[in-house]
Amino acid sequence: MTDEKSALSVPPSVQGVDRNLDTSSHSAAIDVRNLNFYYGDLQVLFDVSLKVPERSVTALIGPSGCGKSTFLRTLNRMNDLIDGTRCTGECFVESQNIMDPDVDVVLLRKHVGMVFQKSTPFPKSIFDNVAYGPRVAGERNRAVLADLVESCLRKAALWDEVSDRLHTSAMALSGGQQQRLCIARTLATQPKIILMDEPASALDPASTDRIENLIGELCASYTIVIVTHNMQQASRVSHQTAFFFKGRLVEVGPTMKIFTSPGEKRTEDYITGRFG
Amino acid sequence: MPRAGGSMSDWFSAKKNRRHETVIRTGLFVCAALSVLTTGAIVYVLLSNAVYAPGDKTAFFERVTVTEFLTSTQWKPVEGDRGRFGIWPLLSGTMMVALISSLVSIPAGLGAAIYMTEYAGPRERQFLKPMLELLAGIPSVVFGFFALKFVTPWLLKPVLGLLNLDVSIFNSLSAGIVVGVMVTPLIASLSEDVIRSVPRSLREAAHALGSTKFDVSMKVVVPAALSGILASFLLAFSRAVGETMAVAIAAGGNPVMAMNPLKGSQTMTGFMVHASTGDSAADSISRMSMYAVGITLFLLTLLINLISGWILRRYREEYQ
Repeated sequence: MTDEKSALSVPPSVQGVDRNLDTSSHSAAIDVRNLNFYYGDLQVLFDVSLKVPERSVTALIGPSGCGKSTFLRTLNRMNDLIDGTRCTGECFVESQNIMDPDVDVVLLRKHVGMVFQKSTPFPKSIFDNVAYGPRVAGERNRAVLADLVESCLRKAALWDEVSDRLHTSAMALSGGQQQRLCIARTLATQPKIILMDEPASALDPASTDRIENLIGELCASYTIVIVTHNMQQASRVSHQTAFFFKGRLVEVGPTMKIFTSPGEKRTEDYITGRFG
Repeated sequence: MPRAGGSMSDWFSAKKNRRHETVIRTGLFVCAALSVLTTGAIVYVLLSNAVYAPGDKTAFFERVTVTEFLTSTQWKPVEGDRGRFGIWPLLSGTMMVALISSLVSIPAGLGAAIYMTEYAGPRERQFLKPMLELLAGIPSVVFGFFALKFVTPWLLKPVLGLLNLDVSIFNSLSAGIVVGVMVTPLIASLSEDVIRSVPRSLREAAHALGSTKFDVSMKVVVPAALSGILASFLLAFSRAVGETMAVAIAAGGNPVMAMNPLKGSQTMTGFMVHASTGDSAADSISRMSMYAVGITLFLLTLLINLISGWILRRYREEYQ
């Protein structure tokens, strides 16, 4: 971080991201209301309300343990997989409250895809990795699958590197390629929303750059929510930034505003690197 | 500590001669050497009776050619011209029982492993694991009588009787079934270990792509652990090949090549029990043939274990 006192040094954004977007005028792809979350008796999210405008990037920032990853994982009910978690409040995705116990989480997760910090290619071929989602959804037609795999790999900017070895193991790809493969694999389920949990934190700068540019391209057609520890990254790739602190949403607004004139002292302190 | 009150120099300047350390070291070495010695002794006994006998005894393969042993389809271990020494009836009996046992143990063992790792809560697991260990602890002779006195008369005869199939009292099917039940815990616990070592992140990624729990288990977790699972199948198969008492009791002692699971057969182990407990003379051909069968069995299980070990090592290289 810089030693400047103000938060004025904001790097240029990636192409396709308007950091002054008036987020309130956009219709919300995700509308979270009064969300509380507990691991057993420990409450980790307190009354979080947040709207995510559609076809934009929302960055979740905050110090470690502030609850931003937990929040992200409630958006596709990933926390259901952990025993002893509990959640109150509402979260609307396409006007459906996904906290409703009757919601089919399998269908929800097709609609709300997720990319993880650690790339997690399955020990299968590149093709089979990308075709995994459509296949579990019941797609059997080889031609349809082949088209889908190609278009998703193209969207994830990986096609040119792997088109001649689609049927070799995905484990042989480099870290950055594996992460783009995971993005392609997520795109193949044809989601509307993509959640990214520190997708570039384990990658080298060149690969990080590619992922960031990719996010700029994808947000034309997808709603993206990204958790990141990297302030520069948040300011480069997002339309809207939400700052979490100790389980509470402190402030949310257009990225340019949060990074140049935050409304809260704590936000400014965090962004300028005074803590966290 | 007796030295606590003494001066510094008299307790750390002179190296103590810790005799007991040497004794312990030697004792532990003997323990380790014991298994090597035992294996060596067994191989010696097998070879000296089957291949080349020192002294005035005649080894099995000095009387019967290897060609006959490997090509004849009859097994009549008697003296004189009527004797036939083809391993195939015993080998086929063994393979039939082992294959039937795999048909039982593979689905049951793998299913149990998947249930325990992917589906069961901690409480169910705490109940199931000891139950499987209990099953593994039942003596095999008990399984043999279970096959003879329960599986055949109360299960196979009534059920297959409906299809007008004739089930003998001694039959390979019941032997295979109980051996399958016996080795199920082996597959379950080995597979459980490898399935558990599949990273959690892989499961989460699969869930995030809209998989059901069954998709995650069968399309991601099991393929990721496949080599370890295959190794457990092979180890269980090798256990089934080497299983003795249950098979000797349930399958009977009729060395035929018929390959009919509803009739009796004789396995390699079954024959060895028969030969070693019979009243034939120590250097009779019947007794000597036991060593040839023993070597065959030894090589067979050794081969299977080596293959499964090789598969397991490959698996470790890929994932750690």
